[in-house]
Order: sequence, then C-alpha cells, then structure tokens
Amino acid sequence: MSKLDIISIRNQFPILHQEVNGKPLIYFDNAATTQKPQSVIDALVKYYSYDNANIHRAAHTLAARSTDMFEDTRKTIQAFINAKEVEECIFTKGVTESINLVAQSWGRKFLNTGDEVIITTMEHHSNIVPWQMICEEKGAILKVIPINDAGELLMDEYDKMLTSKTKMVACVWVSNALGTINPVKEIIEKAHAVGVKVLLDGAQACSHLEVDVQDLDCDFLAISSHKLYGPTGVGVLYGKRELLEAMPPYQGGGEMIKEVSFDKTTYNDMPYKFEAGTPNIGDVIAFKYALDFVNEIGKENIATHEKELLKHCVDGLLTINQTVETLHATSNNEKTLHATSLQQPITLIGTAKQKVSVQSFIINGMHHFDAGMMLDAKGIAVRTGHHCTQPLMNHLGVDGTIRASFSVYNTWEEVDVFLEAVKKLAVLTAKHTK
Amino acid sequence: MKTITDIQNEIIKNFELFDGDMESILFYLMDLGKKLPAMPEAHKTEDYLVKGCQSKVWLFPTFVDGKVFLEADSNTEITKGLVYLLVTIWSNQTPNDILNSELFFIEKIGMSRMIGSQRSNGFVSMIKQIKLYALAYKSTNN
Repeated sequence: MSKLDIISIRNQFPILHQEVNGKPLIYFDNAATTQKPQSVIDALVKYYSYDNANIHRAAHTLAARSTDMFEDTRKTIQAFINAKEVEECIFTKGVTESINLVAQSWGRKFLNTGDEVIITTMEHHSNIVPWQMICEEKGAILKVIPINDAGELLMDEYDKMLTSKTKMVACVWVSNALGTINPVKEIIEKAHAVGVKVLLDGAQACSHLEVDVQDLDCDFLAISSHKLYGPTGVGVLYGKRELLEAMPPYQGGGEMIKEVSFDKTTYNDMPYKFEAGTPNIGDVIAFKYALDFVNEIGKENIATHEKELLKHCVDGLLTINQTVETLHATSNNEKTLHATSLQQPITLIGTAKQKVSVQSFIINGMHHFDAGMMLDAKGIAVRTGHHCTQPLMNHLGVDGTIRASFSVYNTWEEVDVFLEAVKKLAVLTAKHTK
Repeated sequence: MKTITDIQNEIIKNFELFDGDMESILFYLMDLGKKLPAMPEAHKTEDYLVKGCQSKVWLFPTFVDGKVFLEADSNTEITKGLVYLLVTIWSNQTPNDILNSELFFIEKIGMSRMIGSQRSNGFVSMIKQIKLYALAYKSTNN
C-alpha cells in the first residue's frame, strides 16, 4: 500500500478544494494537465512581485537574481533526468515545440530524399505532424509501428522496419490515450545498433516514471512542465551534446547569437543557440518548485499510489460489467441469451501489461461527449474525445473514449465516486439499448 | 403565434423546476432530444453537417411561405436536446425574427458552456449556420 499522506499532499493544491456543479471536484484529467502546488503558485507571484528582470544581459541586481533562478531550474531538470551536462537541457514552450525543434533543425540538416522516420500508431499529433512536415519537405518517408489489441507495440514489425534507410525513431514513451509504457530501452538499443537516432516524447512519462537519459541512452527527450505539476508554456528538450552542436539554430533572434553584423552572424553556444528571444522566465523559475515537489515525494512513491488507483479503477469498471449483466439477467430472466447477444456495457481501451495511471474506456451505447457532460454534472473532470490521437482512434475503430487519468493527489474514495457515477450511466444506457 | 421570446421564456420556466441540478438538467435535455422528429437520412449529408470536435449536428433548412423550417439531428444525446430546443424556438419563424432574436435561454438553463467551447461541439456552429440561412432567405425574399 502507498505510504503517502495524500491529505497533506492535497492540501498543497488549492484548486482541488472547490465544488463543481454543487459536488466536490474530482480531477481525473491529469494526462491533459496536472494541477499546481502552492509552492509553484507562490514562486510565480514572488518572481513578478520582487525579481522580474530580463535574464543573461543587464548588470543590475534584479537581472542577476532572475538569471540565477532561471539557471537553477536548468540545473534541477538536469538532475531530474540525469543529463550529463546542464547545457544539454534547452528550454522550450512545451513538448510540441521540443519535437518541432528537432524535426526542423536536425531533420533539415540530416534527412534526405528516401530516408525513413519511424513513429508509432499511438503517437500524439504533436509527434506525427512535425515529422510529416519535414518528411514532405525533404522527400523522406514516415513509417508507423503497428500495435496489438491491448495497445502494445508489435516489436517484430519494428525490427523489420529498421533498415539502412532509417534515420530517426520518434516514439512516445507513454501513450496519453492508452497509458501504455513502451519498451523504449529496447527501441533505443535496436535503433542504435544500426546507427539510428531516437527521440522520445516524454510528455506523459516524466510525471510517472524514473527518468535517466544516460541509462536510456536516448538522443532526444521532450518534456512538459505542465504535466509535471509546473506551469504551462514551459518545456525542455534534452539532446546529446554532439547532436545539439551539429544542429543549426531553430529560430533566429536575441539570446541565440554571439555576434551580429549585417554580413554575418555567429551563433551562441548551447543551450542558448536554441533559445532565441526572451524566454518564459517566470514560468521556468516556478517549474523548479514543481520538480522539487516531485523529488520530495519521490517518483517511486508517486507511481505506487497511482498504480493502486489505476487497479482500483480497472477492477471497478470490470465489476460494473458483471453487475449490469446480472441486473439484466434478473429483469429478463434470459441470462444466457443476454450474455451472448449483447456487448458488455463497458469496453476498456488500452489494456497493456505495462501501464501508467491512465484508463480509457467506452460506455457502449452512450457517446463519450454525453458521458463527459454527465460526469461533469457530478463534479468529475475526465477527458473525452480523440485525445489528439486520431490515427490511433481510427486504428481502434472508435471516434473517441472517456479517459480517466490519476495523479498523486487523487484518492481511493474519489475513484469510488467515479465508479458509482459510471455504473449509473452504464445501467441507464444498457436499459435504453437492451 | 408565440414569439421567439415567449418560447424561450417557457423553456426557461420548465428548466427552473430542476433548481440548477445539472444532472437532472442533462437527463431532461436527453429526453427532449428524443422528441426531435426523425431527420430523413437523405438530408444527413456532408453538405448539411455542422462540424464539432466531439458532437456533430446535421441541419437541413427549408423556406416556405416566408418562414424558415428546420430539420436537425445530432450524434450525441445532450446536444440533440439543445438542438430540439433550438428547432422549437427558430423553426416556423421569419428570417427577420430569427436574425433579430437573441438566444438568452442557453445561459438561463445553465448550458452556456456549450456556447463557449466551439471546438468541442457543433451546437454553437449550428446557431451561426441558422442565422446565415435566415440571412440568405431574407435576401432571396427581397
């Protein structure tokens, strides 16, 4: 059992203590964004109240202070992901920008006609579209690793796809729609064995799993602050030094230059080469406090707690299937006929063996949009829709799912309330569709 | 003949019975959606689809004797209930009355979020689309 004092953790999140539609808020949309602890909110207020100044330039005290705090976050994220050097951590505005940076900068220099980029069926649009764009521009080809019904990658197919034409594998570490943890270490080893680079989309993984980029040996890792209890508008791109050095700047402007004349500009060193313009200073500074929050609790403790909630949720959803079936049997007295002729009321989407605390499902006969509205009426926030993974939804033959995603501040009792609400919807829908 | 304002006031009065209980309001909307006359499949084409990210709405207008008539449907139950209300309010009205009317019932029945999130549902696009049809009919009529 989890050793965490969830009540005191919850007390650090002011947003959780409110009612929505007259019911206590139950926030199960953590895969979309996590809530922010008071320390992060306070850091933002403090920065703008006392420390605001542009960084890396002026000689005055405020500038020195804000620069130090900004660079402190860089050191904290370096330690958080165990990067070899602090310069390997570039601040971006999020995972989307981190991936676009690599696709545009690395892709433009290193991709050629006929080269291949491998992605997976379960990518978020942010790890599909940037590669489509650069592949189209360079005449390269995008290949997609298929998945099985549980939502796991078909690694045999991956093996077959890796050829001398492959230049990059861009792969989601944890699926936002299914919760599947992909075997990224194996993916990286196999790619490296044939000289192929690997970018990991770490948007979902970094809040649930231990991250050690040296142990993983990934070439790039894209990280989001707002899915890690930090502010929106901040992300990190980790890249190996030799790769980042070989890559041209992504955007031109201030900060990224060494010297500018109208004839020629020389570029700044890493990481500033990739940080054109004034960055999102306040939010970067506050992000450190989010990382401190996670470090203080410990990833392992967080993961243990979240896994308990996931198991409770999955068990509960499967129990609803049995309950609704029994109800029908009692009312129809035709259990055998019913059991064989009707779909189960709930279909789980994403049943991989290795998962984080995300569960997608469908209430058969009820549109996910209606289900989302009905749950919201009970104060329960879940995500409904295609989760920015339309190709995955097409592959699964659904146009969307209901997704519950749990975080460290969620409780067993909240899952109970959620399951009761889902059960009510499933019973009602089964009555209407029988 | 009831005015658009009269019909909206009646709707608001009916919803007041639920005393703001969102769950009851949504169930009631889903029931209302069932009263929507079936839309001929022939009219449910891509041309008459009002797109939304999660919920779709089909809308087929006709113009008879100076009045606009609306056939509509949705793939989600709650949106369908709202579509039913919209059809009740705006069908069998003149283009001018539609164009000059303000839909105040949506906020009053606690469903203003359906208006704010254009990306997630086709309802708000449907309102705009009906006004566009009304405008087109008005110019035809002149």
